[in-house]
Amino acid sequence: MKRFSWSRFWGIAMKEFTQMRRDRLTFGMIVGIPVIQLILFGFAINSDPKHLPTALLSADNSQFARSIVSGLENSGYFHIVEHIAAQSEAEQLLAEGEVQFVVTIPENFSRKLLRGERPVLLLEADASDPAATSNALSALAVLSKTVLMRDLRGSLQQLAGAPDPIDIRIHRRYNPEGITQYNIVPGLTGVILTMTMILMTGLAMTRERERGTMESLLATPARPIEVMTGKIIPYIMVGLIQITIILLLARFLFEVPLLGNVFLLYGGVLLFIAANLMLGITFSTLARNQLQAMQMTFFFFLPSILLSGFMFPFRGMPRWAQAIGEALPLTHFLRMVRGILLKGNGLVEMLPHVWPIGLFMLAVLLLALKLYRETLD
Amino acid sequence: MTGNADLLIDVHGLNKSFGAKHVVRDLSLQVKRGEIYGFLGPNGSGKTTSIRMLCGLLRPDSGSGTCLGYDVITQTLEIKHHAGYMTQRFSLYEDLSIRENMDFVARMYGMKNRRAAVEASLEKLGLAERRDQLAGTLSGGWKQRLALAACMLHEPKLLLLDEPTAGVDPKARRDFWEELHALAASGISVLVSTHYMDEAERCHQLAYISYGTLLTRGTAHEVVAKQHLVTYLVSGADLYALAAHLKTLPGVKQVVVFGATLHVTGEDAARLNESMAALQKNGDYRVSLAEPSLEDVFIHLMDHAAEPFT
Ligand SMILES: Nc1ncnc2c1ncn2[C@@H]1O[C@H](COP(=O)(O)OP(=O)(O)OP(=O)(O)O)[C@@H](O)[C@H]1O
Ligand SMILES: [Mg+2]
Repeated sequence: MKRFSWSRFWGIAMKEFTQMRRDRLTFGMIVGIPVIQLILFGFAINSDPKHLPTALLSADNSQFARSIVSGLENSGYFHIVEHIAAQSEAEQLLAEGEVQFVVTIPENFSRKLLRGERPVLLLEADASDPAATSNALSALAVLSKTVLMRDLRGSLQQLAGAPDPIDIRIHRRYNPEGITQYNIVPGLTGVILTMTMILMTGLAMTRERERGTMESLLATPARPIEVMTGKIIPYIMVGLIQITIILLLARFLFEVPLLGNVFLLYGGVLLFIAANLMLGITFSTLARNQLQAMQMTFFFFLPSILLSGFMFPFRGMPRWAQAIGEALPLTHFLRMVRGILLKGNGLVEMLPHVWPIGLFMLAVLLLALKLYRETLD
Repeated sequence: MTGNADLLIDVHGLNKSFGAKHVVRDLSLQVKRGEIYGFLGPNGSGKTTSIRMLCGLLRPDSGSGTCLGYDVITQTLEIKHHAGYMTQRFSLYEDLSIRENMDFVARMYGMKNRRAAVEASLEKLGLAERRDQLAGTLSGGWKQRLALAACMLHEPKLLLLDEPTAGVDPKARRDFWEELHALAASGISVLVSTHYMDEAERCHQLAYISYGTLLTRGTAHEVVAKQHLVTYLVSGADLYALAAHLKTLPGVKQVVVFGATLHVTGEDAARLNESMAALQKNGDYRVSLAEPSLEDVFIHLMDHAAEPFT
């Protein structure tokens, strides 16, 4: 009698399916959230911004300097809006967000160039929005060659052939890792799943309590484990639908590469979904009403976004923040998915990120079973 | 099995408090096999709380006993398997259809012949044609009847019914009570809470609870006899003025209007007889001695039980 009953498990799962089907708003959310979020974020990320405001701090008025400046403008990414005379002005313009870049051509630039001393061309970028700067920065890399090629002729030809006639130094300000768009789409996948999965199951038990159906449910011989697992089944399907929508959009709208194995990806996603659903159910058993469940969800959601490496580069965070981050499933999910999508990682590389999620899920399940109230007290 | 095999409910000294509120005090209850046991008492007296303790939905603070032979503290899962509990408030899923609700319940009890049982139950209930209607769109009385059918679906040996007929029309109530008696005849026990006197009179045994304390129990006749009340029926013109006047007379404890008749009740037979004799003499009222009804007794209990506990 104390054994797990598949009949009850299915009964609960089917009931949840039916209720979900009848709840138009939830159903709309399931499809709507990933599409809207991905399109909102995705387009902001994927756009290839050009004519970015740039300040020029030039201490050299040579032909080479002028070539570089016109080269920058011709690339389409840089638009010189200010000519400034001091570094302090550069700092201020960047800090205020007036310009995206400051290009500094130091004194004696041309002299050093001619001597083959590889003068420094400093580019300071406001990388707080990495998507805005990444394309411009890659354009810059090829610039020096093509632009200077024309100027360095005759006896200077040998300089042009050298590895790089000038030393381009890029200082990414505010965001040293310079996360790219490809990093963000997989991240967004995890964030969307975290939010919708925890929220939807978070409401699952509190709804029963608020509508008074909990009393009937508790009066049946249904075991806590049957109720909890039965309740998450429909949401696993929801999660899989969401991830499919996200992947299709990512692939065909934003051209994010998918280098690894799709089945492996779905396997990892499945685990991540289950872990989040378990957490949602746990919140749900703890909360007295739907509002509390919602608050708990956001209490968990914020650190997930901030400390998982989605928002800030993980290695840039202080130790204590990293320690918290390591405990969050989203952190490991991001590493796993980025690995599969972008690096083509296989099962072996994936495993180190799988077990922490599994462990998290197990811990949460045990906690939920312990907290599950089998009485109305 | 422990205890007396013929007692489907056998609990002693159950207590339950919510915070500082002592809601059920030292409840002892014995219900025999095949017995319909009526559970009565004013609002907030602890009926629902008591029933919930019996079926494992609330954990008693103290006390012990068995339900269906299973321990009410440690074997609640077994009790849930074999008892059918109908909640006072509708607690099926309003966003599921009638059939889906029944089907869900059948699955929860792991019923083998699920489909057939659900169909049969829907037929009997007279809801077969409306099986796809959402439960939330049913009228109040029909919701009750659906809930009742749902809690009897798995053929429990013990029914715990918390005001099952509240809001149900008279014919359906009569059908329902006929069915309860048929079930009882087949050996099923029923504990049913109600506020209807006609229903109380149909029970084999009654218990009256007030402020968490069980005040009296027995058959309807015993409950009435135990209070040693005397009741007169009085009728005549201007009933309300008469009622006010009667309340001032010596020996009169309560005056209750029943249609065109007043039930005048008191404990002190001698003084009440005197007052009534005087009334009969000097007015054009019809006065007759009568057997006190259950309702007279309960109203008396309600008025007098409050004192020691508040
Ligand atoms: N979960 C709870 N928390 C706090 N107090 C409660 C709780 N449940 C019941 N009570 C209190 O216990 C008392 C008894 O309630 P109960 O529902 O058992 O009464 P009842 O006899 O069923 O009344 P009614 O005839 O109105 O259904 C009431 O005063 C009620 O306020
Ligand atoms: Mg009640």
